[in-house]
Amino acid sequence: MPAACPPSAATVGVSCRGVTKDFGAGDTRTRVLHGIDLDIGCGALTLLVGPSGCGKTTLISIIAGLLDPSAGEVTLFGTPRSALAGDRLVDYRARNVGFVFQQYNLLPALTAAENVAVPLLVNRVPRREALVRARDVLAAVGLEAKCDAHPAQLSGGQQQRVAIARALVHEPRLLVCDEPTAALDSRSGHTVMELLKAVAVEPGRTVIVVTHDARVLELGDRIVEMADGRIVGGGTVAMLPGEMRA
Amino acid sequence: MNWVAWRMLNGDLAKYLGAVFGVAFGVLLVTQQASIFVGIMSRTANPLRDVREASIWVADPHLQNADEIEPMADNAVYRVRGVEGVDWAVRLYKGLARARRPDGMFRQVILIGLDDQSLVGAPRTILLGDLADLRRPDAVFLDKAGHQSLWPGEPLAVGREIEMNDRRAVVVGICETSAPFQSFPVVIATYSQATQLVARERKQLSFVVGAPVAGLTPPEACARIAAETGLDAMTYDQFMWRTIDYYLVNTGIPVNFGITIALGFVVGAAIAGQTFYLFTLENLRHFGALKAMGVNNRRLVGMVLLQAAVIGAVGYSLGCGMSVAFFEVTDRLLPDLRGIHLPWEIALAAAALVVVIIGLASAASLRRVLVLEPAVVFR
Ligand SMILES: Nc1ncnc2c1ncn2[C@@H]1O[C@H](COP(=O)(O)OP(=O)(O)O)[C@@H](O)[C@H]1O
Ligand SMILES: [Mg+2]
Repeated sequence: MPAACPPSAATVGVSCRGVTKDFGAGDTRTRVLHGIDLDIGCGALTLLVGPSGCGKTTLISIIAGLLDPSAGEVTLFGTPRSALAGDRLVDYRARNVGFVFQQYNLLPALTAAENVAVPLLVNRVPRREALVRARDVLAAVGLEAKCDAHPAQLSGGQQQRVAIARALVHEPRLLVCDEPTAALDSRSGHTVMELLKAVAVEPGRTVIVVTHDARVLELGDRIVEMADGRIVGGGTVAMLPGEMRA
Repeated sequence: MNWVAWRMLNGDLAKYLGAVFGVAFGVLLVTQQASIFVGIMSRTANPLRDVREASIWVADPHLQNADEIEPMADNAVYRVRGVEGVDWAVRLYKGLARARRPDGMFRQVILIGLDDQSLVGAPRTILLGDLADLRRPDAVFLDKAGHQSLWPGEPLAVGREIEMNDRRAVVVGICETSAPFQSFPVVIATYSQATQLVARERKQLSFVVGAPVAGLTPPEACARIAAETGLDAMTYDQFMWRTIDYYLVNTGIPVNFGITIALGFVVGAAIAGQTFYLFTLENLRHFGALKAMGVNNRRLVGMVLLQAAVIGAVGYSLGCGMSVAFFEVTDRLLPDLRGIHLPWEIALAAAALVVVIIGLASAASLRRVLVLEPAVVFR
């Protein structure tokens, strides 16, 4: 069970203040994020939407501690991101962040259960114990029967479910998913999103899903809309512009 | 994480085996060629190496190697015996001769003449016959490989006749000798018999071999002999190394073997390095994901090095194993390669080369893994 958010921040898990990101230097320098201010709560599924190239991936990379912002501060569950550097940041990710990638990124040489166990191994949980816990989580995503299958033997939807199990096995406080349904047909995409909502959302955990798949928008508890490196809208599904719901 | 690294390696069997093959191929070629080179070089003093009783070798002062011999006058043996500190000294003949079968087929042979009384330098492994028969008139011993070359396909037998220098010689015994450099048959006779089997020269004595009295080292005895007789006196090691040095400097053998060994190393390193690098490149996405999931650079380096070390260890074992197996087989089946084995020094040197190969292969891979931005996982 992820720890509850600090009471001071109430339900806020991730907080961005003036987050700016520039790529390149000199003449080729381009600003991809323009001072993002954003609070994302715990215990809810937050969708980050917006046209391709607007900076969604860059923003969640910064939030997840994969990329340094050029300016501004990110606070993760009360800890300023700037206080974490080098191996401390890496360790922080290992303990507190789960990832789901568009291309699943499962290790082809490992079975489903072994793949799911990887974050526990990263956290130096003994292999035996890690594999037992991995099987439990696989059961929770409905893949009990596929524990010993290799990724190549699984459909795309099943692989993404394994990836979700992997992202959750170490019970991270932050789960970031970048277009988890983009490589899937609409039915599997929907299953994956429903699963995410069912198993990932817990009190004390912040779940951010980047998507531009309009079909899954209804599953978000909150939708943050980006355009050109800025937050241009956010709120409940009902507040979204019509074309995005279509 | 090391377990994950190990499974990654096994998961891509084609690349794993490809890289292992590269290392194994390099090790096989390097160890095999280096062993043959060392074996052949150490043969240059054969079959005189078989004269183990003697620690002192005395020859004409201009001797350069064991094959080009300027004979000394026969009385040199008495002059050596006269030096104080020499326990014993006897004559030894070595020369080239022609052995002809009754039907006219002939071969160039190495003729060894042993002191008639003591038979110092007599073969130790006698397959057929009795050493004492060597003292019978016209008697000679022939080495096994020589028998096979003079009478191919025929079983070893005594009693066969050859003609040398228009004289009849009877093969009364078959023995093993250390394989000579030129792979000629070796004919062994008494000194007096041997000098009859070659054209007569005014001087005939190739070597005087002997040993110092107890309490005197061979080098000390050699120094005395040289000083008193003006002859060249050497320990066996000095004699052997003079011969080996001569062949190293005056033949293309080192260059030829050197080229093969270098090629083996380069090709092996290229295959192993290339395959391992490709393996890393293909797994870069996964290394990136692991980085994102909180595996720090130190652990990633450990993973890559473990993978490289496994490839190196397996490839090395395979390569050395094949090399040993090769020499096991050739030792028994190919007379030309008999007595050649993989010396541990070469096995050790090959291990060092593997470390270099693996180091080079993983250096390139490590660079890619270390500069990898974890954010690439979302690209
Ligand atoms: N490493 C980088 N170097 C230079 N430009 C980048 C880099 N990463 C992203 N960008 C640029 O930043 C912009 C936003 O990219 P991204 O965050 O991937 O958008 P999205 O995920 O919304 O499609 C794009 O114009 C992209 O080309
Ligand atoms: Mg993106």
